[in-house]
Amino acid sequence: MAVSYSSLLSTFSAAAAFSETKPSIGPVSSQAVRFPSISSVRPFIVPFTSNSPVVRNQRASFVAPRAAAESPSSATTSPTSFHGLCYVVGDNIDTDQIIPAEYLTLVPSNPAEYEKLGSYALIGLPASYEKRFIEPNQTKTKYSIVIGGENFGCGSSREHAPVALGAAGVAAVVAQSYARIFFRNSVATGEVYPLETEVRVCEECRTGDVITIELGESRLINHTTGKEYKLQPIGDAGPVIEAGGIFAYARKTGMIPQSA
Amino acid sequence: MASSTIASPSASFIPTKKELGRSAFSPASSPFSVPKCRKSISKKIVSVMAPQQSERKPAATGSVKTAMTMTEKILARASEKTHLSPGENVWVDVDILMTHDVCGPGSIGIFKKEFGQNAKVWDREKIVIIPDHYIFTNDERANRNVDILRDFCAEQNIKYFYDIQDRGNFKANPDYKGVCHIALAQEGHCRPGEVLLGTDSHTCTAGAFGQFATGIGNTDAGFVMGAGKLLLKVPPTLRFVMDGEMPDYILAKDLILQIIGEISVAGATYKSMEFVGSTVESLNMEERMTLCNMVVEAGGKNGVVPADSTTFKYLEDKTSLPYEPVYSDQQARFLSEYRFDISKLEPIVAKPHSPDNRALARECKDVKIDRVYIGSCTGGKTEDFMAAAKLFVASGYKKVKVPTFLVPATQKVWMDVYSLPVPGSGGKTCSQIFEEVGCDTPASPSCGACLGGPKDTYARMNEPKVCVSTTNRNFPGRMGHKEGEIYLASPYTAAASALTGYVTDPRDFLQ
Repeated sequence: MAVSYSSLLSTFSAAAAFSETKPSIGPVSSQAVRFPSISSVRPFIVPFTSNSPVVRNQRASFVAPRAAAESPSSATTSPTSFHGLCYVVGDNIDTDQIIPAEYLTLVPSNPAEYEKLGSYALIGLPASYEKRFIEPNQTKTKYSIVIGGENFGCGSSREHAPVALGAAGVAAVVAQSYARIFFRNSVATGEVYPLETEVRVCEECRTGDVITIELGESRLINHTTGKEYKLQPIGDAGPVIEAGGIFAYARKTGMIPQSA
Repeated sequence: MASSTIASPSASFIPTKKELGRSAFSPASSPFSVPKCRKSISKKIVSVMAPQQSERKPAATGSVKTAMTMTEKILARASEKTHLSPGENVWVDVDILMTHDVCGPGSIGIFKKEFGQNAKVWDREKIVIIPDHYIFTNDERANRNVDILRDFCAEQNIKYFYDIQDRGNFKANPDYKGVCHIALAQEGHCRPGEVLLGTDSHTCTAGAFGQFATGIGNTDAGFVMGAGKLLLKVPPTLRFVMDGEMPDYILAKDLILQIIGEISVAGATYKSMEFVGSTVESLNMEERMTLCNMVVEAGGKNGVVPADSTTFKYLEDKTSLPYEPVYSDQQARFLSEYRFDISKLEPIVAKPHSPDNRALARECKDVKIDRVYIGSCTGGKTEDFMAAAKLFVASGYKKVKVPTFLVPATQKVWMDVYSLPVPGSGGKTCSQIFEEVGCDTPASPSCGACLGGPKDTYARMNEPKVCVSTTNRNFPGRMGHKEGEIYLASPYTAAASALTGYVTDPRDFLQ
């Protein structure tokens, strides 16, 4: 199925729509949503195509860029699903491949450097990956779903790894298993939704396949192949994600005071 | 303190694949299954391992209910619980939080945004800030990141900030230490029974002191900065029993490479790795640190070595704070137990591009190499340099055939390299021996090229080369260039390889 303009738009809008319910450590407020309130922001959006960069709202304070955008097109997907193209990687994709160490001088809590981190996401993959995750001269990826094998995110504790993926435009990672620090950081930051499958989806999907993830039904649908897969339940991380991240969870359970 | 657990009301422990890797933890014990991604292991390796035992069935006595492993006990004490089981999520009081120049600024950013621009850290004496990663570089952002740390430490009156301002001469900075995990140990911040968290995957190194130590990300660290605690899930424990006299040519690096090769890079995911046995007891503290350092390379959450007289002696002149060691109960339940007869072990390397790509060093003798790197928290401690120097002495001061880079982990290590006499050398120091055999001059202490870093980092691999390294990871691009090939090895193996220009078993020189 050819990737049409509208499907790419819905990719973007789905990601943005999901942001409403995604966990957020975003400091915008103590609430979980990453969307800035409409009254305070007038986002300027260039439709997201593979040839034009998305212009982000330049706010002084840190705002998760994906949440800053509001797509003019109608979102056909619900907040609890993702829809977009997938990028397929193998087993043991370590943090040096996700974001090589030379880029770690970029500080993720700095908005401009957050964006730059995104532009380097998965740049460490070897040349055997012929389709690059981000096209040359681009700063965002057209793949909003990363599909991996075993032990995704192994290696370093660098939070820059899930941050780079999120900043690049990834909404969710679907892997067979995760390394613990990467998984924990994904949950804590809310940058990517870490999902798991029993089956080796990395062998059944190809980069560029069109994917829908129905979170509520724990289903992954590959429209290109017509196959469906079951997703594992999120497990113990669920309450933390639902609360909106570790800070929100801590406030909710009285571990830290409500107001910051 | 109000604490809540996320554990489901139905069971205190819910086994899912995520928490357990691929083995199920249940009273009806199931064998530890091997992940599908396991690399093929050379059949020539002598089996040094007894068949894996499935989890011991709990005895029908009441004491078993409260029996805990070391890790469970440490977390129980830190969360003010009388008993914990694997899988429980608890709020744990943190004794020490460590951060460095790469993750510190981001953690500080989150702390300020979540707790307020004027918020104060939970305890100015429990945060240890150690710039060590990108120090000796002209990279402006890297240098700026150290400035960010300095500003924060001044504002918060942080007691332990190992600052560096004169990059041209590390010795001109009295506070500067170097590699964080070694500095933590040398400065007395590691204590048995405590909880130490750090924004670095190799924070697990401190488990050598019989404490719970693990790596966390910026967001978690920002949280700890303000709250002094963190939500942690109690890991089940894998036990590694190592007995037998350690051969002269074997070092702790060989032990851990053997283990990782055995269980794979995900074999210990979400688990604790406990190292016991007569061989472990014979290791000095730095060797125990090497063992625990690479726990993360097996996916491990933390590693522990029970504290003993070796530990207490090391700590005598380093810390005056009281500590209380804990030990696994006799009846504690372990997920699996692995037994090794170390006397049969041969020197090991991990071939490109994975720490579990285990091979015997002697099987790789035809691999031509371009360089050797001796450094990092894994292989750049005093004992590591002493080992390399000893091998050079034993070889009769042969000259190295390839560039051999030496990066002491800390200022103290650097000083040891220049002052301690090497046994069997007639009073020579490591530095003299290194100079005689043609190694590069020992460099300024930092993480150096272990992780590549900014392009001007000393010994960074900027072209595809084959390197034998005493560091901890060899995934593609780890030391800089994507096509670089890194063989992880012990200091003995690294030194031997430097002398021949090929991957070399140190027995060629030590026997």
